[in-house]
Amino acid sequence: MNDAKNIIDKLSCPLPDNNYDNITMAHGGGGKMMNNLIDKLFLHYLSNNLNDEKHDGAVFISEGHKFAFTTDSYVVNPVFFPGGDIGRLAVYGTVNDLAMCGAKPAYLSLGLIIEEGFSIKDLEKIIISIKEASDRTGVKIITGDTKVVEKGKGDGIFINTAGIGIVRDDINISPSRVEEGDLILINGDVGRHGIAIMTTRENLDIESTIKSDCAPLNIVVQQLIESGIEIHCLRDLTRGGLGSALNEIASSAKFEIEIDEKSINVTEEVKGVCEILGFDPVHVANEGRFIAFVKKKDAGKAFDILKQEESGKYASILGVVKGKNKYGLVILKSIMGVNRILDMMSGEQLPRIC
Amino acid sequence: MKYLDEYRDSGKAKSLLDAVYKKVTKNWNIMEICGGQTHSIVKYGIDELLPKEINLIHGPGCPVCVTPVEKIDKAVDIASNPNVIFCSYGDMLRVPGSKSDLLKVKAAGYDVRIVYSPVDAVYIAKQNPDKEIVFFAIGFETTAPPNAQAVFLANKLGIKNFSVLVSHVLVPPAIEAILSSKDNRVQGFLAAGHVCTVMGFREYEDITLKYKIPVVVTGFEPLDILLGIYMCVSQLEEGRSEVENQYARAVTREGNIFAQSIMNEVFETGEMKWRGIGRIIRSGLRIKDKYKEYDAELKFGVVNYSVEESGDCISGLILQGIKKPFDCPVFESKCNPEHPLGATMVSSEGACLAYYLYKEKKLT
Repeated sequence: MNDAKNIIDKLSCPLPDNNYDNITMAHGGGGKMMNNLIDKLFLHYLSNNLNDEKHDGAVFISEGHKFAFTTDSYVVNPVFFPGGDIGRLAVYGTVNDLAMCGAKPAYLSLGLIIEEGFSIKDLEKIIISIKEASDRTGVKIITGDTKVVEKGKGDGIFINTAGIGIVRDDINISPSRVEEGDLILINGDVGRHGIAIMTTRENLDIESTIKSDCAPLNIVVQQLIESGIEIHCLRDLTRGGLGSALNEIASSAKFEIEIDEKSINVTEEVKGVCEILGFDPVHVANEGRFIAFVKKKDAGKAFDILKQEESGKYASILGVVKGKNKYGLVILKSIMGVNRILDMMSGEQLPRIC
Repeated sequence: MKYLDEYRDSGKAKSLLDAVYKKVTKNWNIMEICGGQTHSIVKYGIDELLPKEINLIHGPGCPVCVTPVEKIDKAVDIASNPNVIFCSYGDMLRVPGSKSDLLKVKAAGYDVRIVYSPVDAVYIAKQNPDKEIVFFAIGFETTAPPNAQAVFLANKLGIKNFSVLVSHVLVPPAIEAILSSKDNRVQGFLAAGHVCTVMGFREYEDITLKYKIPVVVTGFEPLDILLGIYMCVSQLEEGRSEVENQYARAVTREGNIFAQSIMNEVFETGEMKWRGIGRIIRSGLRIKDKYKEYDAELKFGVVNYSVEESGDCISGLILQGIKKPFDCPVFESKCNPEHPLGATMVSSEGACLAYYLYKEKKLT
């Protein structure tokens, strides 16, 4: 915690963060401002030995058994989007966070905050989608809560899910396990979810067939674990995209990571929309992608497993963990062969002017 | 989408670089006008690949960066009005004014929206007849036609609850201001491809004649920029000073006549203050009298603002190519993307942000 705080202090503004009197959208964007909020406010008061590492979930031992516990809230707008909906997202997102701890997801809670006037038919569609997603991932919804708020006090529907998973005794997956020489793999192309959402928002008239990559990751992670691959760290790419995930791990593990830009796959369509809006695909959100830090000797085997997945034709070996670095730095070798910093997004990506 | 990968080919880039190395014999200072070009140069590391004789100077062509603080303050004041829906291009929201920025106004509960086209703002006005809709019309010649189109359309549809806060700047007067400055070091220009797509390149012919300086209309991809640099260096080495067009896939000498005519219908040229640089005659656009009911400054009575700019920020010198971002004493410490002091740290086209994101000062 103290180290993480020091790094962030060094790399960002020395002025106090209460420069902002109110929360802005950028505080939830998955970038530096959100990380500052977590470090300087949440962890300032709530830090303990289980949340210090800022992993996707907390792993703890109870009565001799190892469990993973995580929670996530879903506020996506629109609630139905190409390639998924808020219900599916609420199951897969939490299942994926558990999978990133090396856990086998077992149970989920389901909290619904529904705005007055929301269509019951749409609610049923969402619940059916939740059922299908939990069947597919093998988790059970075992408890829940429903709240209704007045019209105008919510945006249709918000969902919170918390999840418990079981971790094998011999599994220890976390940023602290990252080692020099580890290879970093990704299970597909980046940027689809963020762009699918952007293009369906009403004020953006871009016609596209881009679908969200929204998908469960627990099955492929179990395959990696069962094949005996030495996995050091896993991280799913959500808000903030690949750039944030790499930076979070680099700064937790205090290593320099080198990534080859050529190995980051982006489909032509996603690339096109990103060009129009001035977005960098490495900072765009995903919902079915993860990176795996594995021992070099096992990288080939891990790559073969990722290749067999649905998104596998875009799987790749992104780069390598170099030596220790107190700042935790991500270096991107550009397609022109020049090294540059790949930083975490500052706030939100804002569409550019021209 | 095409026109991307083929202009990012590392093999072809190497051949172009070899050609530049063969051509160059003396030291040359070349300014890329557009912030989009600066961003590509730093992102792909082109400046590090070039021979040491070539010094790239980053120009003032970032519309977000040169919008004066007073305009931001006016935007903040207009947007902080419960009856207003304030619409803007995304990257203006974080630009600091003297006391606040539009993101903070939005966080305080006022209706500030990102739109992707000014015409969207006109339709928001149509759908919300009891609200006043204001669009922040900023930019160079590139965004002037769509912004003019929005005013023209609102007028045609008889929409009265729409207005624009205009802060438009023009490239050629800025080039002339740089060339007439006693501190000028620029020996050749890469002109901004997108601006020339609209305006053509006729107006640069007078500049090359008057100042005996090469101008190469250049695109934004790595190969565009490398070829633009090669063409510029060739002119300098051969003692030529002409307008050449590297970006011929988009730019013609006459430009987009229709876009120019809609611009001229709504706007006229006038004196303009550039953030960090100061006033330049005939360097901006303002709304013609004919359309003055769409001028948000008149509608909301936000005229005659005057603000002192931050003493720490050297963005003015950076925009004129006199200093580079690393020369700034508050770079990265007091000024960074979370808390920018100047707009060059905000815009995706700003030189300071490009250096912050991609260069390695934080390692030294």
